Amino acid sequence: MKRNLLTGCEASAEGAIHAGCKFYAGYPITPQNRYPEYMSKRMPEVGGIFIQAESEISAINMVFGAAVCGFRALTSSSSPGISLKQEGISYLAGCELPAVIVNMNRGGPGLGDVTPSQSDYFQATRGGGHGDYRTIVYAPWNVQELYDFTYMAFDIADKYRNPVLILADGIIAQILEPVKFRKPKKKLPVKKWALTGCKGRKPNSIKSLFLTPGILEKHNWKLYKKYKKIEEKEVKYEMYFCNDIESLIVSFGTCARICYETVKIAREEGIKIGLFRPITLWPFPYKQLENLIKKIKKIYVVEMNLGQMIDDVKIANRKNLPIYFYGRPGGGVPTPEEIYNFIKKNGSNI
Amino acid sequence: MEVIYKKPESLKKEITTYCPGCGHGIIHRLIAEVIDELKIREITIGVAPVGCAVLAYNFFNFDVTESAHGRAPAVATAIKRLLPDRIVFTYQGDGDLAAIGIAEVIHAGARGENITIIFVNNAIYGMTKGQMAPTTLPEQKTTTTIYGRKIHYHGYPIKMCELMAQLDGVSYVERVSIDSIPNIIKTKSAIKKAFKYQIEKIGFSFIEILSTCPVNWKMSPKQAMDWITEVMSKHYILGVYKDKGGSNG
Repeated sequence: MKRNLLTGCEASAEGAIHAGCKFYAGYPITPQNRYPEYMSKRMPEVGGIFIQAESEISAINMVFGAAVCGFRALTSSSSPGISLKQEGISYLAGCELPAVIVNMNRGGPGLGDVTPSQSDYFQATRGGGHGDYRTIVYAPWNVQELYDFTYMAFDIADKYRNPVLILADGIIAQILEPVKFRKPKKKLPVKKWALTGCKGRKPNSIKSLFLTPGILEKHNWKLYKKYKKIEEKEVKYEMYFCNDIESLIVSFGTCARICYETVKIAREEGIKIGLFRPITLWPFPYKQLENLIKKIKKIYVVEMNLGQMIDDVKIANRKNLPIYFYGRPGGGVPTPEEIYNFIKKNGSNI
Repeated sequence: MEVIYKKPESLKKEITTYCPGCGHGIIHRLIAEVIDELKIREITIGVAPVGCAVLAYNFFNFDVTESAHGRAPAVATAIKRLLPDRIVFTYQGDGDLAAIGIAEVIHAGARGENITIIFVNNAIYGMTKGQMAPTTLPEQKTTTTIYGRKIHYHGYPIKMCELMAQLDGVSYVERVSIDSIPNIIKTKSAIKKAFKYQIEKIGFSFIEILSTCPVNWKMSPKQAMDWITEVMSKHYILGVYKDKGGSNG
């Protein structure tokens, strides 16, 4: 099968296009500038709409508008821009509108820097904006996955009428890797709830405002049931070298890819260590991790931040095993060797 | 017997939730009449603001969506671009459009989006019970300008029509009022022209309507109408500010 050499931004854009995305609105911010640039060329080619919005806020609200009238729509940005989009994401969740948001995470807080980071884990997995809601979050570890998950995200968004986030970073955004394309989608789901003009039907409305006492509570319980279903059905994760393990590294995205090399080094040294990689950060694979934890004595959590996913690992760690954390915040990217040294220092030969 | 006055089809049979003497009822009806007359009810999509008129979808008998505070023009932009043969309009108050959402309306205008903006200016935040708006007049008392709006302290009110008319992408700008029967008729004409321009693809229209908020102005409905005539329309001059489709273009 033909493979295409693309940057992460380009691959994700193609994934969206192949999934039938017809609307993109964005705003320049490093390290995802290639995304709007590429979409400005590709959207008109596929009969879609590209708009360079006046702000991140406007971009997410344009995506809201596209979702309102039933189109598959996407916006991309990087951390500070994603913060600005949070109000819009909350409205998408409240109005039960499907959309895909790509975050090429850079270092923060504030303006931070433009280097890769995983510091938006909390923001991505805990709703991010105001109100009781969840977004489905995929964390790819290479360009192929970034393509695949973007392609898939639209179906999941439509299935649950919920915004879906792709949490990648500055490395995956910019790195060039070969990508295998999937079949472009021709048949997209019919959305009877969409606003298209009320010809031949009663008027539709889209809203998240429920002023009558008790109605919002009902709406929130309805969302809760949906979230429970997502937790039940949509968990994705991968395990590597986990057949005979005494300890385990838990890591996601780019950092997991680095840890994969660490585990290979450690295995050569005879250390019985494995790697657990959550792919959906929400819903988090608590049960699957908990089952694995039953077999081991020690957990290492490695993240490119000050320790965020570790909170979810703690929830899965009912056995109360010792957890050792290695983090590189502010755009720091660890090498496989430095993680290996950390593991050695904390005694992996149990 | 001929029926000469009835509820427009574009309005639902709903009991109003607007306050006595509020201008929204009149303006909703004018929009509904225009949409009926142009026979576009089944292809119209409205975008409601945050503010009193967020509830517009309860009253309009066509497709209406909510939008985040100030973002209606961004939402409308996407809808119109994706469904160019539908008629798309936003209905926004002064806080929504001229404060938090001023970037969205200016840029939608600059892009020359083929949409219609209905801007209801009552010089106050209605839903939150009477704070200073970007269009609150000098010396006007509100709950956040209890001694009156002092221009050296609170700044000047924004004249949106004058501002929007400067943008090359904007096709039609008019300021109207609902303070008298002749002015209500003029308001309807302006709304109709704006929707017609959208149908004819003439482009972005901006209709500012001076309206009442008697409860927060602490006036009777009659006093509120008189206040538009005697005070508000002295500051916000009525008239056509731009018309690319007509003689002023």
